Amino acid sequence: MLKFVLARIGQAVLVLWAAFTLSFVLLQAMPGDAVLIKFLNPEYGLSPEQIAEIRADYAVDGSLFAQYAASLGNLLTGDFGYSVQAGVPVSAQLAVNLPATLTLASLGFATAVILAALLAFLSSFSAGSRLRDLIQSIPALFISIPVFWLGIMLIQIFSFRLKLVPVIHPGPWESLILPVLTLAVPISAPLAQILIRNLDEIETRSFVSVARAKGASRGRVLFRHVARNAVLPVLTIAGVLFGELLAGAVVTETVFGLSGIGSLTERAVSHQDLAVLQAVVIVSAAIFVAINLIVDLAYPFLDPRLKPRAGA
Amino acid sequence: MTSFDILDRRSVPASAAAPSSVARFRVWRGVSPSLVLAWLVLATVLLWAMAPGLFTAYNPVEGVPGGQLKAPSAAHLLGTDSLGRDLFSRIVHGSVHSLTGALAAVGVGLLAGTTIGILAGSVGGWIDDLLMRLVDVLLSIPTLLVSLSIIILLGFGTFNSAIAVGATAIAGFARLTRSEVVRVRRSDYVEAAFGSGGSFVKVLWRHILPNSLTSVVAFTALQFGWALLQISTLGFLGYGAPPPTPEWGLLIAEGRNYLATAWWLTAAPGLIVVIVVLSANRISQSFGRAGS
Repeated sequence: MLKFVLARIGQAVLVLWAAFTLSFVLLQAMPGDAVLIKFLNPEYGLSPEQIAEIRADYAVDGSLFAQYAASLGNLLTGDFGYSVQAGVPVSAQLAVNLPATLTLASLGFATAVILAALLAFLSSFSAGSRLRDLIQSIPALFISIPVFWLGIMLIQIFSFRLKLVPVIHPGPWESLILPVLTLAVPISAPLAQILIRNLDEIETRSFVSVARAKGASRGRVLFRHVARNAVLPVLTIAGVLFGELLAGAVVTETVFGLSGIGSLTERAVSHQDLAVLQAVVIVSAAIFVAINLIVDLAYPFLDPRLKPRAGA
Repeated sequence: MTSFDILDRRSVPASAAAPSSVARFRVWRGVSPSLVLAWLVLATVLLWAMAPGLFTAYNPVEGVPGGQLKAPSAAHLLGTDSLGRDLFSRIVHGSVHSLTGALAAVGVGLLAGTTIGILAGSVGGWIDDLLMRLVDVLLSIPTLLVSLSIIILLGFGTFNSAIAVGATAIAGFARLTRSEVVRVRRSDYVEAAFGSGGSFVKVLWRHILPNSLTSVVAFTALQFGWALLQISTLGFLGYGAPPPTPEWGLLIAEGRNYLATAWWLTAAPGLIVVIVVLSANRISQSFGRAGS
């Protein structure tokens, strides 16, 4: 068991290191860096010597390998370098923007779970009727909607037509309603699809028939026997869902003009602020790897069938 | 499969091809209306891209003074924008940008992904391990961030955003192709082909590839819809084609400033994207399990 855990952790670290190297090759090994782009601007009126000095300050003038070693070392101490555009450490920017995105993402995820569970149970209860086909096609529709367009349509409908959610000076919670809904819809789709498939599959198992034969009501069978087994496989897409949440945050925060990691990323791309984008890439890769590691390690405890047997 | 199964399967198309009206009806009975609709949608959009002049007479780039922000009417099916340009015409003329973007993206993913997958699946050994770890790394970074990294590297533009979206599709294609190749490779008839003296490349071409094709085609259709979504997202964020281009995502971004006054500017192009993506997904589903 210990060997398995260590091997799995080692693999995670390896993937993370490779992700860092990949992002370094992609983002820093390119000719023409953000420092040059910003300070070559004639408005600053800097001489070539001054620019060389600034480049030395940002440590972008050394050899590629020296830069690689330096940024890997900095990364291990939690130092992501400076945002050229804002002139502040990237780690400070991340810290400032994290709470807002965390609130948005966790509310969005919770809403998505509720939405998915609702769809799955509705589909399970409407077995054999036409309603079921309708419900089962909803996730497919949800995946096909561009997230940014969904946000705009929600503003259009709820703010401008129905005037339910104010656009100008909304309260702190009112301003979150539409973004959370926008984020939840695309996340709920894969969740609902997996839940519906699992519910259908487990309904046919013999232990469910036994429970029914013993006289358990439909609701009791669904919640006590079927749902428990159907929820577990959802964990396997947890990492993918995190990626979707982050991508959703980039789009949602941009559409709704919220500040957070998403809009920080969007601005970084628009201003070619490489350090910021690289930091976001590495942090999200780290979270993705960590989520998958935790799921892999926790799965045998959650599903007793997979527990490695003693002596096996 | 027994020989009875084979006989049975052969007999079905034979009777269906009989020239009686009953048989002709039988051919169509298996086809679902939603699938026909999906193909019709794709065909229409494809025609828009190839011959936009057949569908609309309005100029998509030059506006008509005095005709700004007109609501949908008989003259302007989907209304006009802030410069008096016909929105329907802009959507029709924009389809070529959105569709070629999505096609190019899927092409990049298909080519690079299947090459990696076939290599990993058929050569095996340390090359397989190395390539699949590389794919794991690609998968560990959220797709939008991979796209944005490539955009920041290459700069903005239709073609660059297509490459950026295509790069995110590589990992999926590589995994699928590898698993298909490994699956087919283990089957008896491929073993037999090797055993009867077939060279590696020949067996790959004649047996392994054709048998891996269905699921790859289904996945390609699915990726097309997904790429269209991603391309329009990048266009909306302003990283795709520059402004006068009527790319669908950009159309929505431009209409955003007139939410309170001209709802059609954002609603119509978005609906088109949804319908096309839905159609692509439906077609992918019809190719079999791999699409779901």
